[in-house]
Amino acid sequence: MKNLLQYFKGYGREAFCAPFFKILEAVFELLVPFVVAAIIDAGIPSGDNGYILKMCGVLVLLGAVGLSMTLCAQYFAAKGAVGFCTNLRQALFDRIQSLGFSERDRLGSAAMITRLTSDVNTVQSGLNMTLRLMMRSPIIVFGAMITAFTIDFKSALIFLAAIPVLTVIVVGITLYCIPLYSKVQQKLESVLLSTKENLVGARVIRAFCKENEETARFAELNGSLCREQKRVGRISAAMNPMTFVVVNIAIILLIRQGAFEVGSGRLTQGMVIALYNLMSQILVELIKLANLIISVPKSVACAKRISEVLETKPEMANGTATECNLKAEYAVEYNNCSLKYGGAAEASLENISFSLKPGESLGVIGPTGCGKSSLVSLLPRFYDCTLGEVKVFGKNVKDYDLNALRENIGFVLQKNRLFRGTIRENMKLGAENATDEEIISALKAAQAWDFVSEKEGGLDCDIEQGAANLSGGQAQRLCIARALVRRPKILVLDDSSSALDYATDAKLRAALSALDYNPTVITVSQRVSTVMHCDRIIVLEDGRCEGIGSHAELLETCAEYREIYESQIKASEGGESA
Amino acid sequence: MKTGGIFKRIAAVLGKSGAFLALSAVLAAASVLLSLYVPILFGNAIDLIAEEGISFAAIFGFLKKAGIIALVTAILQWIMGAVNNRITFDAVRNIRKLAFEKIERLPLKYIDAHAYGDLLSRVIADVDQFADGLLMGFSQLFTGVVTIFTTLGFMLFISPKVAAVAALLTPLSIFVARFIAKNTHSLFKKQSEIRGEQTALIDETVGGSKVVAAYGYQERGRARFEKINRELETTTRKAIFISSLVNPTTRFVNALVYAAVCLVGAMTVIGGGMTVGGLSAILSYATQYAKPFNEISGVIAELQNAIVCAKRIFELIDEEPEPSDGTFCDLPEIKGNVALEDVCFSYSPEKPLIQNFNLKVSPGQRVAIVGPTGCGKTTLINLLMRFYDVDSGRITVEGENISKVTRSSLRRGYGMVLQETWLKTGTIKDNIIMGKPDATEEEIVAAAKATHAHSFIKRLPQGYDTPVGEDGGSLSAGQKQLLCITRVMLSAPPMLILDEATSSIDTKTELRVQRAFEKLMKGKTSFIVAHRLSTIMSADVILVMKSGNIVEQGTHAELMKKGGFYAELYNSQFAH
Repeated sequence: MKNLLQYFKGYGREAFCAPFFKILEAVFELLVPFVVAAIIDAGIPSGDNGYILKMCGVLVLLGAVGLSMTLCAQYFAAKGAVGFCTNLRQALFDRIQSLGFSERDRLGSAAMITRLTSDVNTVQSGLNMTLRLMMRSPIIVFGAMITAFTIDFKSALIFLAAIPVLTVIVVGITLYCIPLYSKVQQKLESVLLSTKENLVGARVIRAFCKENEETARFAELNGSLCREQKRVGRISAAMNPMTFVVVNIAIILLIRQGAFEVGSGRLTQGMVIALYNLMSQILVELIKLANLIISVPKSVACAKRISEVLETKPEMANGTATECNLKAEYAVEYNNCSLKYGGAAEASLENISFSLKPGESLGVIGPTGCGKSSLVSLLPRFYDCTLGEVKVFGKNVKDYDLNALRENIGFVLQKNRLFRGTIRENMKLGAENATDEEIISALKAAQAWDFVSEKEGGLDCDIEQGAANLSGGQAQRLCIARALVRRPKILVLDDSSSALDYATDAKLRAALSALDYNPTVITVSQRVSTVMHCDRIIVLEDGRCEGIGSHAELLETCAEYREIYESQIKASEGGESA
Repeated sequence: MKTGGIFKRIAAVLGKSGAFLALSAVLAAASVLLSLYVPILFGNAIDLIAEEGISFAAIFGFLKKAGIIALVTAILQWIMGAVNNRITFDAVRNIRKLAFEKIERLPLKYIDAHAYGDLLSRVIADVDQFADGLLMGFSQLFTGVVTIFTTLGFMLFISPKVAAVAALLTPLSIFVARFIAKNTHSLFKKQSEIRGEQTALIDETVGGSKVVAAYGYQERGRARFEKINRELETTTRKAIFISSLVNPTTRFVNALVYAAVCLVGAMTVIGGGMTVGGLSAILSYATQYAKPFNEISGVIAELQNAIVCAKRIFELIDEEPEPSDGTFCDLPEIKGNVALEDVCFSYSPEKPLIQNFNLKVSPGQRVAIVGPTGCGKTTLINLLMRFYDVDSGRITVEGENISKVTRSSLRRGYGMVLQETWLKTGTIKDNIIMGKPDATEEEIVAAAKATHAHSFIKRLPQGYDTPVGEDGGSLSAGQKQLLCITRVMLSAPPMLILDEATSSIDTKTELRVQRAFEKLMKGKTSFIVAHRLSTIMSADVILVMKSGNIVEQGTHAELMKKGGFYAELYNSQFAH
């Protein structure tokens, strides 16, 4: 948590000034009872209208000074809190961007997004409130006590006794309620989850006629949320009545004490009223505090979570090489590569070796979860292999500068996504200076130009968030085109034509093999028809290589491959010969 | 919906707690009156201090009374708080219940046309906001009004002149607050726009982190983020600062009023119109009187917000549900006769899709639906399951028009596996028994073995009792699919609908599942949206779809002979 303090950089003055001006304001406010006491003790008995007028003028002046102090405090608090969180958000964003994928997998992308958005915002409002108000309440409370001591020592002891009791009530109830609030939050989340589930799974729920059961389940969750809310409500509603009672008991004691003191001539009536007003001020302040204090533990919890992300150190060291030797014999080499993800019990890849000359093509096939995606993700160093080495154009991938390495690779991901913006902007993601002709030729090769040219605006057509205005197949083709715009030396297609029908898939394959810059292509798929024309095919199962060779060779030698082939293609061969 | 209508609806929801509402009103009035009575007693006591020859007994009498009243007030306040909580949260629970029940009865057309996020935020965030407004309304508006009138009454009782000063000047603070609020509104709107933009960028760069890495977008992404971040800083700082002016400026107005009351009050005391104790009490009342005015702008904003939210919730609750089928009969025993007669359907009138479509399927027949990506193959499923109703023509099962029988009897007749697998939170077992809740342990295991799901389930930490997280949690796509198939396998319905059911299972498992399905499909009418040629070729009827229309219909041999769209599609697999 302490590591967060550095983000006050550039806003130190603000972080100091906000509470400072707040203290001044509180001090001026504490002077008000004295002025009123003066009016009662000096002005009224002597009937001096001029004096009373003057003192009321002082009251107005105190108000005006208080106002200007507060304005300063608010300004600095807003500037400090917002500035701090701007720094924090930027640092957090940068840190997340610098993390490797092992660390990101551990953190989870939903969690990272929450840290950057709602968590930082919660910290911001908590900090703003702390700078602005949290300093005020204790100062008014303790200030009132100190002021009481300057009026009368014996009476002030009543303050000294009341304040700890009040503190115990406010802090005690708050602390007691925090876990209850988080329980309410949990229940609310289960209500949310149930609602979401029923929206997403509407078809299945209706297909199984589960509407009534789901309604009953929801009613149960909803009822339990309601019970928790009422429970915490009952307890937190006790805070104000309890402080009310304590402060009034203190006032009773004050007046009783005051009666004796005035009787013995040590105090004046005005002083008793001043003490009474000071005590009332404490009550007003505590009620305000009670309404605010609940947001503090929430902000602290968010700050802790943010701090955890900031403390995550990227493990992957960057290399220095920026040029790759295109004359190298092999474009891609895997030498005895194994990969075990952090926290996993078993290796996802074991002892994989192969090499590809520039322009050659490799197919990767195997069942779900066999390590196909893991295999290709070693190439752009999304992950580093735990054993063995991966070489690109003769150099270990670890020796390259990450960006320089990735510039040579056109990687089309299995879980791909397009960004908000126009189609043209998306196409330029990997090649900022691409011309429209280059983009169109990439779109044509990816079999995407037909539908892009039909879209309103063509290249200027906007892609909505989550590519909602495209079909799955269209989005996949755009992602392939995006990789082609870079004219990559190595092209990786990770199961990236799964949403395409056979006809389009076939056209795509033909277009890719006709590319004039002749890239080395690695194609991952579950479909034999997608990989069978590759120069070489690697068959994976449970992270192990079950066979490597051409389609014809594998049909001869690899039982696994033959089984896959037969299940997909042989069944239709009768149709072909017919 | 008109605002008046909204109030009626809110009143209807609250009406169920009528007794508590009345209790809350009584408690509010009583606790406010009593809490305001306490300063009078203190004022009386202080007055006695001043006079020569202090009567301690009289002072203690007042103090004792004050103590008892303070205690009673506190108890009443606490009960009021609890009652308000109860009213609010019961109302919230009832509204959520209504909304959820409506979701379960809404036509799929409505659900498909609305983003989940929007509907979710109505049921969760809007209801919460509504609750906040309601609670604030009860706890502050109500007591606020009572406070204003009673303090005014007390002040008038003590000194009409001083009371007039306080009563007339205090409301000035409302104007100040309104003026500031008006100016902050546009800033907050701008802030939420920038925030939205930033969230979209974060979602893209963090959610699509591999794309960012693969295309070296980090630096450009960072620059974009920094720019938006700075913009956000400027706007937020302004918005927060200006909105935070409300409090100090109203306090300043209060200080002015306080000084004025003090001045006029002191003069009145000198003139003999009131005692010093009276002045002390009136000063305290003036502060109390000002409080509701200070809070009122916040309360009004909160209430306005609550009404907007209530409107959104009631819009959902008032949405037209699927027409009731309460008076219809169940389908008779289903053998698997399905017929579509002159069916026309489209999602929107401008874009006609299926037109005058006819199809007759006999028990045990297999219908394969094929076509390129995005050609609307799932539309047919929507119609068969009655997720959507046909525009004209009719669909019959066993000769009965499906729109004239109960939905549940129709849907129970089908076993459906969709392309997008969906699992509910619960255990693996809970998910498998969805279609047959009374299945025995043996039946479950037998079904799982038949679909080859058993081997992976038994390796899970708690076997069949392993909890499945949100959206399937850690299960792979293939495993999820297997569970969905097992679900259908167990309930063994007379008709099947399979939507690219096996597309994300690896080919080896698929082979086995295919065999299991063969077993399952035997003698059952099945509709299969398929990519696999083997499935397509064994079908009795192939429906070929293109851009939403059914363009060809026949067996594999017939369609190949015809040499149309199907033949082209088929040949393309071996284009090389």
